[in-house]
Amino acid sequence: MSAAEPIKVAELPKVAVFPMGQHIGAPAKPIVKKGDKVKVGTMIAEAGGFVSAPIFSSVSGTVLKVDTVVDASGYAKPAVYITVEGDEWEESIDRSSDLVTLKERPELTDKDIVEKIKNAGVVGMGGACFPTHVKLSPPPGSKPEWIIINAVECEPYLTADHRLMLEHADEILVGVTLLMKAMNVNKAYIGIENNKPDAIQLLTSKATQYAQNGNIEIVPLKVKYPQGGEKQLIDAVVGRQVPAPPALPVSVGAILQNVGTAYAVYEAVMKNKPLFERIVTVTGKSLAHPSNFLVRMGTPMSQLIDACGGLPEDTGKLIGGGPMMGKALVNTEVPICKGSSGVLIMNEQESKRAEAQPCIRCAKCVNACPMGLEPYLLSKLSAMQEWERAEAEDIVSCIECGSCQFTCPSHRPLLDYVRMGKSTVMGIIRARQAKN
Amino acid sequence: MSPHVHSGDSVGKNMYGVLIALIPALLCSFIFFGLGAIEVTLVSVASCVFFEWAINKYMLKNPQSTVCDGSAILTGVLLAFNLPSNLPLWIVILGALFAIGVVKMTFGGIGCNLFNPALAGRAFLLISFPVQMTTWPKPTLGFTTIADAAIDGHTGATPLALMQQAVKTGDASLLNDLPTSFEMLIGKTGGAMGEVCAIAILIGLIYMLVRRIITWHIPVSILATVAVCSGLLNWANPMYAPPVVQLASGGLMLGAVFMATDYVTSPMSKKGQIVYGVAIGFLTIVIRTWGAYPEGMSFAILIMNAFTPLINNYFKPKRFGEVKK
Amino acid sequence: MNVILIAVIVLGAVGLIAALVLFFTAKKFAVKEDPRIGLVNEALPGANCGGCGFPGCGGMAAACVKAADAGSLEGLNCPVGGQPCMEKVAAILGMKVEASAPKLAVVRCNGTCENRPRLVQYDGAKTCRIANTTCMGETACAYGCLGCGDCVAACQFDAIKMNPETGLPEVDTAKCTACGACAKACPRNIIEVREMKAAKKMGVVVECMNKDKGAVAMKACKVACIGCMKCQKVCEFDAVHVENNLAYIDPEKCRLCRKCEDECPKLTIHAINMPPRKPKPAAEQPAAQKAATAEAVAPAAPAKPEAEQ
Repeated sequence: MSAAEPIKVAELPKVAVFPMGQHIGAPAKPIVKKGDKVKVGTMIAEAGGFVSAPIFSSVSGTVLKVDTVVDASGYAKPAVYITVEGDEWEESIDRSSDLVTLKERPELTDKDIVEKIKNAGVVGMGGACFPTHVKLSPPPGSKPEWIIINAVECEPYLTADHRLMLEHADEILVGVTLLMKAMNVNKAYIGIENNKPDAIQLLTSKATQYAQNGNIEIVPLKVKYPQGGEKQLIDAVVGRQVPAPPALPVSVGAILQNVGTAYAVYEAVMKNKPLFERIVTVTGKSLAHPSNFLVRMGTPMSQLIDACGGLPEDTGKLIGGGPMMGKALVNTEVPICKGSSGVLIMNEQESKRAEAQPCIRCAKCVNACPMGLEPYLLSKLSAMQEWERAEAEDIVSCIECGSCQFTCPSHRPLLDYVRMGKSTVMGIIRARQAKN
Repeated sequence: MSPHVHSGDSVGKNMYGVLIALIPALLCSFIFFGLGAIEVTLVSVASCVFFEWAINKYMLKNPQSTVCDGSAILTGVLLAFNLPSNLPLWIVILGALFAIGVVKMTFGGIGCNLFNPALAGRAFLLISFPVQMTTWPKPTLGFTTIADAAIDGHTGATPLALMQQAVKTGDASLLNDLPTSFEMLIGKTGGAMGEVCAIAILIGLIYMLVRRIITWHIPVSILATVAVCSGLLNWANPMYAPPVVQLASGGLMLGAVFMATDYVTSPMSKKGQIVYGVAIGFLTIVIRTWGAYPEGMSFAILIMNAFTPLINNYFKPKRFGEVKK
Repeated sequence: MNVILIAVIVLGAVGLIAALVLFFTAKKFAVKEDPRIGLVNEALPGANCGGCGFPGCGGMAAACVKAADAGSLEGLNCPVGGQPCMEKVAAILGMKVEASAPKLAVVRCNGTCENRPRLVQYDGAKTCRIANTTCMGETACAYGCLGCGDCVAACQFDAIKMNPETGLPEVDTAKCTACGACAKACPRNIIEVREMKAAKKMGVVVECMNKDKGAVAMKACKVACIGCMKCQKVCEFDAVHVENNLAYIDPEKCRLCRKCEDECPKLTIHAINMPPRKPKPAAEQPAAQKAATAEAVAPAAPAKPEAEQ
C-alpha cells in the first residue's frame, strides 16, 4: 500500500520519550538527570549488561524528567523525557551524504567494527531488537560461514525495508561488506521476496561494485509468510535447518541480519552515527496517506499518524509492527523505538475477532505451522497447564508467527495460548538450568 | 493480541464446502433412486439438525449453538448416503438420533466425537435392522417411488455380495454376473444412495482438493492400498475381484473421500493420515474378502477412528530442524 | 444337548482358570498399606482440591498418618473440612489438634467498571494468565483485576463468581473453603487467603493492589490506594502498614476496630462479613462479637461499602 511512497523525513517532536527497554536483554540505565542538556546523538542511557544496548538522544534539548511511559508492551516502563530545543548534533557525527566504502577505510579491523556497532547501540531492526554486537559475537567453537541479510519484508503491509533498499542500496551493500569483514566470512546472501522485483534488480546490479568475486549474492525468494522468519530464511537461502532451541543460527554457520540493521551498521561505523533514527511505515486501509517516514526515535506515534492525514474515525486497533506479529497499542502516544518497523491502523471491522468455536481437528494449523508443530495440541496443553508435555511437544520451537491462528476456521486463539505456554516452559527450563 | 488478521476461514465454510462437493453424488442418487432418495435425505438432514439443536438447547444448555455451522446437515446427508433409498423413514430418524445424540453430542458435540457420526449411525442401523439395511432397490433412471420399488421387488444383490459369494464358493465365474466397470463407475448398480456413482464422488473429491478443504493424503492412500491389495489377490487367484471392481463398488469411494476424511476423527499429521489411510484400505479388503459382511468400508473406518488418538500420539509432523536419527 | 454341555464346561473352565490367576496375582502383588490411611481418607472431604498442599485427599491422608507416627499433626490442615474434619482425623490417629483460625479468600481489588474506566479492549483468549502477559489490562491499572475469571474456573466449590455488573469476582463466604486454588490461579496475586476473626470469618481488608504513586493510581481508579498513610496513622494496634504506596492490614494484629475504614479517603478499605455500619459506629471487638451472634442474615458477598455514593 505504501511501497511506492518515498521516505519522508518526519518532523521533530516537541517532547521525545525514550523507553529504557528498547531491546531484548537487560534494560539500559539512564545516565542523564532532569535539567541536563543533550544534543542529537548524546548517549542518555548506557547498556545494562552484555546483552543490552545503549540508547542515544535523537533530539537536542533539555531532559524534562526520568519517569515511566506506557510502551509497546502495554505496561509502564522507565523512560527519559526530553524537551526538544533546536536541532544541534554532536560534532563527531558525519552528516554528509557522501558514501564511504570499506576501501576508503582499510584500517578498520573486525574488532573495531563490532566495537563501533556495540557503542552505537545498534540492535536488530526487524522487530526483535536483539543487540547486534551480541549476534556478531558467536559462542566459541561455532564457525560462521555466511552472512544472510534478511530483506524479506517480515510481514504484509510493511514497506520500510523495501523503501530503504530502493533509496539506500549503496549504504546497505557497504554495511554488508562491513558485517562480512566483522565476521571474517567470504559469502553474503541477501534474501528478497519475489514481490519486490525493483529492489532485486537494483541490488543485483549494484552488488558487483562492492563484492569481490561475486561474494554478495541476491537470492530471490518465494513470497510466503513467514519467509522472513530467521530459521525459514536460512532454510530458504542455504538449505540448512536450524535445530530446535537452544541452538542458534550460527550452529549451521549462518549469521542473520536485517537489511535495516545493515544500514544502521553502515551509519554507525562509517558515519559515527549512533542508532537514533529509523524508517517506519505508517499504513492502514482507512488512513488517508499511508507513508514511510525517517523518524527520530522517541517521536510519539500520534505525530506520524497526523502526518498521514490523522487517525481515521473508524479506527478499531492500533498496531505497532505488522498484522501477524505486531502488538496492539494501548494509546497513540507510544513512542517510536528501535524496533518499531511500522504502525498499522486497522478499522473496526478488520480488528474484530470472531468468537472462538470448538476445535474441529481439521489439522489446518498443523499444515500451516512452519516449524512442524501441532498448535492445536500445544494450545490445549497450555490451557491445561501441562507444562511437561508441552515441553516434550517442542513448544519452545514456536516462532510465534501466528500462521496457525490466521488459518484456524474455528477462530481459536491458538497463538495466545501457545505464546503463554512457551514463555512459561522457557521459564521452567531456565529455572532448571539455574539449579544445575 | 497478534495475529491481528485472519484468513476468513470458518467451520461453516468448510462444512458447506463439503456439502457442495456432495452435490454431484446427491443428484446422482436422486436420478437413480428417485423420490425415495429425496425423502430419505430430507428426513435424515432434518432429524439430524433437529436433534443437534434440541440436545444443545435442552440437555447441554449450551448457549453457543452449533447448528448453523453446517456440521449437522453434513452428518445428515452422509448418513442418508449410507442408507438404501427404500428404508422406512422411522429407521432413518432412529439412525439420525444415534448418530447425533449418541455418537456426537454425548462426547461433547462438534470436535469431540471419537467416531464419525454418520458411519456410526449406519453401523448401528446395519446391526439393528440387517434386513431392511441390505435390501437395495435397483437403480432405475427416472423417478420411482418407494412403493413402486417395493411392489416391483426391484431388489437385487449388490456387486459386493456377488464378490463375497465368489470367494466363499471359490467360483470365479460368479464374477461374470458383475455389472461392467463402466456401469459401476456411473452408478448403475445396487447399493446405498450416495455410494453408487463413483464419478460423482470423484468430482466432489477434486472440488474439495481445489478448495483445500481436505488434503490428498487420506483418500489417495486408501484408494492406492485397496488397489494394490486387491490387485495382488486377483493376481494370486482370479476368484478375488479385480482392483477396478473393488474400487468402484460399494461404499469405498464414498468412504475414502467423504467419510475417512472427516476432520474430527482423522489423524492430524500427514504421516498419520497416510498410516490411517493405508490401514483403512487394508482392513476394507480383509473384511470384504473374508469377513461376514460383504461391505467392509464403514467398519474399517470406524476401527481406525478408534486408533486415531493413538496415531496422533505416535506420528508427529516433522519438526523444523529435526535431526534425522 | 451336547453343544450346551460343551459350552458350559468350556466357559466354566475358562472362568475357573481366570479366577485362580486373579487370586494368586492379587495375593502375590498385594500392596501393603497402613489401614489408618484408608480411615483418614474417608474422614476427609474427598474433594481432592489440593488446598492442604498434598496431591488430593489420599496424599493428605498418607501425610497425616506419617505425621502422627512422628508425633504431631501440626501444620496439617484441611481447609475444606476445617476444624471438625481435622478433629475427626486426629481422633482416628489418637491425637489432638490445635484450633486454627478460619480463613477466607479475599479479592483485593475494587476496580469496578464504575470506579475504573475501561480504556482499551482486550480481545485475546479469555484467560487472565494470557491477558496479564499481553498488557496491563483494559484499564490504566497494572495491578488490578483483569476480569477474565481464572479464579472462577479454578474454584472447585462454586464459591467464586464473576459479577457482570462490576466485572470483578465475588467470593461466597459461606461456600469458600480457603483452599487457595483461586489465589494460585490469579496471575496478579489479587486474591489472598486471609486469616479471619471469629466463626463468622470477619476481617478488614485493603481492597487494592496498586503500587503506583498516588497521582498515577488516582488517575487509573477512583478507589485505588494512594498510599496516603492515614490508615497507618489511625491504627492503634500497629496493624496497618504502607509499603510501596500500598497499605496492607496484618490480619493477626487487626482488632476489627474499623477506624481505618472510616479514615480512608479513597474508600479502599472494606470490612468483610461485618454488619453494616450504624450512624455511630460501634467499634472494638466486643461489639463485633455481639454482632456475630445477633446478625442472623449473613451477607453472602463481601460487604460492599455503604458509603459508595
